[in-house]
Amino acid sequence: MGGGGPHVVVVGAGSTGAAIAHDLALRGFAVTVVERGEVGSGTTGRNHGLLHSGARYAVTDPVAARECIEENLILRKIMPEGLELNGGYFIALTPEDMDFRQTFLEGCEAAGIPTRELTKEQLLRMEPRLSPKILGGVMVPDGVFEPYRFCLSFLASAQARGARVLTYHEVEGVLVEGGRTRGVQVRDRIRGRELTITADAVVNAAGPWAAKVAATAGCRVPLILAPGVMIAVGVRYSHRVVNRLAPPGDGDIIVPQRFTSMIGTTSWTVQDADLIPIPPDHVERMMDAGEAFFPGFRRQPKRGVFAVARPLVGPEEDQAEGEGFERAVTRDFACKHHEAEGAAGLFSVTGGKTTTSRLMAEAVVDQVGRWLGFERPCQTRTEVLLPPRRFFTERVVS
Amino acid sequence: MSWRLTLKIHRWQPGDRAPYYDHFTVEVPEEAYVLDAIEKVWAEQDRSLAFRHACHHASCGSCGLRVNGREKLPCITPVTDYPNGSTIQIDPLRHFPLVRDLVVDMGPFSQAMEAVRFSIIRHASEGVPDARSSEPPILPEEDHEATRFENCLECGLCVSACPIAGSALNYLGPAALAAAERMLVEPRGVDPLAVWEAIDHDDGLWRCHGAFECSAACPSEVDPAAAIMRLRRYGPKVGQVARQQRR
Ligand SMILES: Cc1cc2nc3c(=O)[nH]c(=O)nc-3n(C[C@H](O)[C@H](O)[C@H](O)COP(=O)(O)OP(=O)(O)OC[C@H]3O[C@@H](n4cnc5c(N)ncnc54)[C@H](O)[C@@H]3O)c2cc1C
Ligand code: SF4
Repeated sequence: MGGGGPHVVVVGAGSTGAAIAHDLALRGFAVTVVERGEVGSGTTGRNHGLLHSGARYAVTDPVAARECIEENLILRKIMPEGLELNGGYFIALTPEDMDFRQTFLEGCEAAGIPTRELTKEQLLRMEPRLSPKILGGVMVPDGVFEPYRFCLSFLASAQARGARVLTYHEVEGVLVEGGRTRGVQVRDRIRGRELTITADAVVNAAGPWAAKVAATAGCRVPLILAPGVMIAVGVRYSHRVVNRLAPPGDGDIIVPQRFTSMIGTTSWTVQDADLIPIPPDHVERMMDAGEAFFPGFRRQPKRGVFAVARPLVGPEEDQAEGEGFERAVTRDFACKHHEAEGAAGLFSVTGGKTTTSRLMAEAVVDQVGRWLGFERPCQTRTEVLLPPRRFFTERVVS
Repeated sequence: MSWRLTLKIHRWQPGDRAPYYDHFTVEVPEEAYVLDAIEKVWAEQDRSLAFRHACHHASCGSCGLRVNGREKLPCITPVTDYPNGSTIQIDPLRHFPLVRDLVVDMGPFSQAMEAVRFSIIRHASEGVPDARSSEPPILPEEDHEATRFENCLECGLCVSACPIAGSALNYLGPAALAAAERMLVEPRGVDPLAVWEAIDHDDGLWRCHGAFECSAACPSEVDPAAAIMRLRRYGPKVGQVARQQRR
């Protein structure tokens, strides 16, 4: 297994865990990924599939905006088989949206996001199904990924370098002895048995469940669970991604993919991410928002309605609650080493975006490597990933 | 309004001599899908239940299974397709190695897709197909580089529905044959002869008996049966041309 380096267990095979596994394997660590369900069955699989250009955050969160555009450009090179790269628009529906345009363009410029202004007429020619009521817009280098295959690509590449990926294996506890993390206690959900996996370090990338995993070692992960509702309809309304030219809000992104369009999203907070009931009024709001861009949207038969929780980095104090509040929290990510809490070698990663998962992985593996005294340069910026299907064709099962 | 269904779910784990069924009754909103009902069983009644799922909108193709014997993606199958208060039987896909409960191994299927070198990103030069629209697809001139995902989700429903796949273990199956057709139409740098040779044999293009079950099961407008029939007509010629070009 692996390149002879220390053994690291990664908990969770969402985009964060998958990217971390790949980075670790590429730097010569021995890697075991433990995922309680299918790859991407947490937040990642059910996300919007938007390869952010960063423009969405250009005004509200310049750091996230810059990270997005940098990662967007890297992913284009390392994931040639997994992206629809047709760009996206920010479209004004109201005069206020048009007023926001200048601020938006300045934000994009500061973050290094290329833009192109488009008139109403140009937009309607390029996207004939847009509402004739639109006022104008800006084009940006957004793209579309498939969340599941995004994860599979990273995992296939990790596997090719010896990583073991145990799906349907649930971490029941992080094992700590004398202030040091020794491994994980795992339930093999396929065979219905328990096993212990020893490790030199454990990276907790369990997304919205990261706090639960850390709690088994008596550690705390400040986390806000902020779900969003998404709806797919069986018509592709546009060639490119459509965003509202306004500060981030509800139902302001429509991602086309194959012959469908997906609108999202809303935001509220929950305590438990296992089963998130869908608020009916959120569905109505999304369909109305879609109608504003594309007349007829509301009447389309739905092809999936779902909600998952963003694992946002929370305040160190008690979790705050309520609607509206979460969108102000930075989209940045955090990697917490639980050494001071008596679990040296346990690292919890939260926040970020699928678009920035490679970058998060780089930062996490730098930190883990430093602590383990196994420092190798990160190589994920240029290493071309394997196609997603290779995860299944070259599977090494326990 | 809420919808009440009893799910009769196929259970099996390695070591079990035979599969059996467990019954779970759940209540979900009437807007819910069968996958939501299964997830609710897992979340609230039996955490040992194993099932595949990721995107919940027919994009990843991972959740395929059979409801009352019919191949479905439960993520887009409304619970209201079945009467309120009824019992529905949930089984894993057929013709795949069983891992546990509803989970199957996508290894052999993925190998068939690899054999025909299926690339999931295609040119969008024909524009954006939209089954519901009679308008011609429009792509502005500057979009000649546009790309999009292939329709095939690699969900395997067609293979499960195929009567041949059950008896011919090495049969490539409808998804791979339809994928081969796409690769011959738009090779994307792949050698067409290699694609043709991957299907021009008794376990490939010539095995299909034309039952058309695959196209009935396909949730993503691929119509593998039609692709197979087309391939049988023009495939040999494509193969011949490719062979001459290679010489
Ligand atoms: C509605 C919505 C839309 C979004 N849209 C976008 C978008 O368009 N573009 C973008 O870039 N980002 C988007 N994001 C953000 C992005 O989806 C998340 O930041 C990202 O998916 C988080 O990934 P993760 O791997 O940290 O978490 P997850 O994907 O949740 O992965 C954690 C994994 O850990 C597993 N797990 C949990 N507990 C255990 C255990 N005890 N043992 C083993 N495994 C365990 C889970 O099953 C899960 O698979 C969106 C988020 C939301 C909520
Ligand atoms: S051809 Fe259709 S049914 Fe078969 S794997 Fe592809 S999407 Fe699924």
